[in-house]
Amino acid sequence: MVDGGGTYAVRGSLGIGAGGRPARMGDGLPAAFRRPGSSSFCELLAEHDPGLLPGTRWGDMLTAGSRDEHILAPHGTTIVAATYPGGVVMAGDRRATMGNIIAQRDIEKVFAADEHSCVGIAGTAGIAVELVRLFQVELEHYEKIEGLPLSMDGKANRLSTLLRGNLGLAMQGLAAVPLFAGYDLARETGRIFSYDVTGGRYEEHSWHSVGSGSMFARGALKKLYRPDLSATDTVVVTLEALYDAADDDSATGGPDLARRIYPVVLVVDADGVRRLPDAELEPLVREVVAGRLARPDGPVALPRTVPEASA
Amino acid sequence: MSVPFYVSPEQIMKDKADYARKGIARGRSVVVLQYDGGIAFVAENPSRALHKISEIYDRLAFAAVGKYNEFENLRVAGVRLADLRGYSYDRADVTGRSLANAYAQTLGTIFTETPKPYEVEIVVAEVGERAAADQMYRLTFDGSVADEHGFVAMGGSAESISTALTERWHEGLSLAEAVGLAVELLGRDSGQPRTLTPAQLEVAVLDRARPRRKFRRLTGARLADLLGVSDDTPPGADIPDAEPGPRGAGGAGAQTPTSGEQSEAPVTQPRTEAGSVPDAAERPDA
Repeated sequence: MVDGGGTYAVRGSLGIGAGGRPARMGDGLPAAFRRPGSSSFCELLAEHDPGLLPGTRWGDMLTAGSRDEHILAPHGTTIVAATYPGGVVMAGDRRATMGNIIAQRDIEKVFAADEHSCVGIAGTAGIAVELVRLFQVELEHYEKIEGLPLSMDGKANRLSTLLRGNLGLAMQGLAAVPLFAGYDLARETGRIFSYDVTGGRYEEHSWHSVGSGSMFARGALKKLYRPDLSATDTVVVTLEALYDAADDDSATGGPDLARRIYPVVLVVDADGVRRLPDAELEPLVREVVAGRLARPDGPVALPRTVPEASA
Repeated sequence: MSVPFYVSPEQIMKDKADYARKGIARGRSVVVLQYDGGIAFVAENPSRALHKISEIYDRLAFAAVGKYNEFENLRVAGVRLADLRGYSYDRADVTGRSLANAYAQTLGTIFTETPKPYEVEIVVAEVGERAAADQMYRLTFDGSVADEHGFVAMGGSAESISTALTERWHEGLSLAEAVGLAVELLGRDSGQPRTLTPAQLEVAVLDRARPRRKFRRLTGARLADLLGVSDDTPPGADIPDAEPGPRGAGGAGAQTPTSGEQSEAPVTQPRTEAGSVPDAAERPDA
């Protein structure tokens, strides 16, 4: 038998968080937990422990318009995503910077959000990681309470709401900008959503990139992407795009062959989301790097028929 | 002026307990039992949407009998508690013991303080790293908790099922054996043995071999295959549920029909995680 009278930590620490309603003594589960209501974890958090919500703590600690935020906290940089028939690929480099210092060489900025979607975040690393963690719990919480996962658009909209909660910090320079991608089970296709710091949500077609190296990555994607590529070829295209981003943006890290640190690559298809293991990724990364040894600027992006005809 | 009758506290408690017991015994039974790869949950439940078995957290699941609105209420509260706790501390800090304690407190309070007790009986199960670390807590309407080993049967004809399980359950049952045993006993509840079809069953597992979220429902073809019968549910009758189809099938289910598709996409390697090897051994015809 379990000791029925054992005190239960949750009553103190979670049930009655700052601003939450005190549960009646003797209740194991705060009465509010048993109220019918929302399926949103964020709303639960706002009611019971608002201090755990991102963006609610630092309030006025940062002065508006401070320009030192880049050396205050590590920043993550470039994320790219591209669709292929049957799914979507998302990849992120591994560098985090604090000003001109490399804060971390092997940070991970691309995460599985749930079984069929992933999210990558550029911007202030601490905020980004917390947003992702909250977003993951939010999706799973809904799925468990309702017995069904959210629709792809529903997930994208929830991420907008979370971002709006961080707007205050974003205005002070501590912004995190996500890129959300996943396999839409209803439409049976890969989809990509980009965001701005105000929570604006924009559906992207075919490919997109965010972060400091994104303009260079976008240039590469523009030239290399084709909608009929296989999953593997799409992975290679995202690796090329990240290589180009690292080539021209000091805050984006290229593949580190010496330390065996490669970009994080997630592939989402009807079977679910899957992170490519290093064993699978390494040959592709080496292929890209070998190509650059022959031609440092990357593949020539002419229509396929022209170089062959002229060769 | 009428003088109210004096009713002794013993009588009040007894009446409440009888009331709750009657309500619980009216429904169909649920069986929770350990198998070699985790914990299996089997319920007779023709509904595809109103579940008696649910996921609570990574390693935790919930099974209940009795009044749907009452145990649904407890289930949602459990999910909220677990998610809040896991978010505040770490996912590893959400345990079956703490959840069972919370349920016990809640049920106990409701039983003593409200005129109408909850007519529910629930099981909180936690799958561990090894079979020895698995935990099963059975909670009754009055808030008492029992730490069970091996198997639990609740609701309906729970007593006769428990008696049969005492004789026939043993450690190291395969998933097909465990589910087959539970289904057989569930079908023997009212005199004439019935053969339960996959459409009448709600089956789920906490599969030790799965990466993070161990909970997985077994439905449609996967369940039929496991029971060694043909699938009689029309295609698309399943509510699409949380897990991705073929990938989640690794540890427990027989997944023969889809295994060929997995190598279609060049980047997709055959999925060897989640212990797909035992599949063959678990299939009833193997």
